Amino acid sequence: MKCIKIDKNEWAGGLEAAASTYRLFGPVKEDEFYEFKALEEGRAPDAAAMAVRNTRTSPRSVVYPQAEVLFEYTTDERDPDAHVMKEPEREEKPRAAIGIRPCDAYSFVLVRNNFESPEYQDVYWLRNYEETTFIGQACHDPCSTCFCTTAGCGPFHEEGLDVLLADAGDHYAAKVLTDKGETFMKAAGWGDEIDFPDEEWEGWKTAAGEKIVSEVPTDRLADIDTLALHDADFWDDVAFSCINCGTCTYLCPTCWCFDIQDENKGREGIRYRCWDSCMFPIFTLHGSGHNPRDAKTQRVRQRFMHKLKYFVDRYEAGIQCVGCGRCVQHCPVNIDIRKVCNLMNSFGETESCSVA
Amino acid sequence: MKNPYYPYPVRIDDIVVETEDKNLKTFKFSFLNPEDEEKFAYRPGQFAELSVTGLGEIPIGIASSPTEKGFVKFTVNKVGKVTTHLHRMKVGDIMGIRGPLGNWYPWENLKGKNVVIIGGGFAFTTLRSSIIYMLENREDFGDIHVIYGARSPGMLLYRDELAEWEKRDDINMHITVDAADDPDWKYNVGFVPTITEEKAPEADENTYAIVCGPPIMIKFTQPVLDNRGYGHDHIIMSLENRMKCGIGMCSHCNVGPVFVCKDGPVFTLDQLNRLPKEY
Repeated sequence: MKCIKIDKNEWAGGLEAAASTYRLFGPVKEDEFYEFKALEEGRAPDAAAMAVRNTRTSPRSVVYPQAEVLFEYTTDERDPDAHVMKEPEREEKPRAAIGIRPCDAYSFVLVRNNFESPEYQDVYWLRNYEETTFIGQACHDPCSTCFCTTAGCGPFHEEGLDVLLADAGDHYAAKVLTDKGETFMKAAGWGDEIDFPDEEWEGWKTAAGEKIVSEVPTDRLADIDTLALHDADFWDDVAFSCINCGTCTYLCPTCWCFDIQDENKGREGIRYRCWDSCMFPIFTLHGSGHNPRDAKTQRVRQRFMHKLKYFVDRYEAGIQCVGCGRCVQHCPVNIDIRKVCNLMNSFGETESCSVA
Repeated sequence: MKNPYYPYPVRIDDIVVETEDKNLKTFKFSFLNPEDEEKFAYRPGQFAELSVTGLGEIPIGIASSPTEKGFVKFTVNKVGKVTTHLHRMKVGDIMGIRGPLGNWYPWENLKGKNVVIIGGGFAFTTLRSSIIYMLENREDFGDIHVIYGARSPGMLLYRDELAEWEKRDDINMHITVDAADDPDWKYNVGFVPTITEEKAPEADENTYAIVCGPPIMIKFTQPVLDNRGYGHDHIIMSLENRMKCGIGMCSHCNVGPVFVCKDGPVFTLDQLNRLPKEY
């Protein structure tokens, strides 16, 4: 297998060279945890940053910022274009996500289903996505909460990546997967091609996969009746401890719900979108005061049904979850998507067995 | 790539106060750029996002018919932040319209069929669009019945047009009010379900009902239609839910796996029976 060898001594220098062509994003230390953010000039992720398995929030903000301006406008009546929306100017430099984990990179492949339909294309998301090069880093040592291997990807998963790096001690072995990846490697000045032993790579991959001990069963989800699952009797139990804080949805790489708001400063204004969460009652509140999901159970059910059933029904792309485990780690009341997925996947199983 | 969030700039050309409580106004808009009118080609039953800078957008059904050229009309109930501001705007003001959005009443399937329109309150907007459209293409449809009710005569929308349609012999109008203190009131008095029971034609394979109104009206009208033998695939309804994007992306309006904004707002009752009641 052809790989590019990146000596770790050449890591920072390569990224500095690439930074003249790309806006770089990567894991950055923020107090006691790491966030996936724009890298300041000359600040390549160091060994500690590259060892981070899950940044606190997912890297979705690289493509889909927490707040993003859609339009600018003026309300100044003397301006002939008063009240007419204008798209803001865009930064020309493309982006590169450095050290993104395979599950997080794969999340964009899933989320693309939402932002690109035959009828409509979300120009903001798609332009950001298309211009981003994903330089991934394989996970040799997954977390105990990881369940990527049963959520459609894995610690060495390549779909959604342009380059996959594997840590080989004093160097990275870089598997270049796309033309975009090749262009990035050139910009970084990394071109030391080596013949990497396939069996060593596969050995790493297998060893990493074996360290993942938790699983989500998904084999029955597609065939279960949607309405019956919606009306299942376990939702009150699942939702019992939920405090509707929304942490799960904000940390998640595959959550995409957003709100659109206007904000004026004097006579100038912006229309922007920002992340929203189906955990909040106002998310579905009608102008009349009626709220179709006014109870907590309904909102918790919505989150799991959306990820594990509606998405499955709609796109035939598996579940809307990559198994990163952030929601499992950070839920303040220990609600665990793996358990809920298990409940959902086994819905009706016992009855049908007893009938049989 | 076309930006689906871009509202076409429009000017308010006319504002009509529709109801005696002054809570409903009809706004007539013309496009600042005439070519945008073509891009806004719509069908009755669709909606659009009305956009006011600094306040935001609201999804509102299109009340004009595509057969009416040179303008688009929306009837807006004063409810929240955007609509309250809209009610204070004046002729000549500039704002935006984004759309058309959503699906429409199934005109392809309704060709050659009898259509019974059942509407209540201010949900009559896209039904007005539909009636104008059907009358303009009268030969494409069989019998047309319209059952439309409001709380009182002064709460009926489009009263001049209702009176004109009453005079025609190619449309059967059944206007009703919950109660009337006007001694000259010459139409029906009674709730929509009661009038439906009395006036709606018998169901058959060629007759479709389009039902649009407040939840309470729908709740009591549906058993009437069931009794009269209307199949659930012959009952067409339009849903509302809180929306932001209008194009199936922000996920505010989902009902099970479908989005009201993109896959709807029009569904048959048969389709709704298979979805959670989250609307």
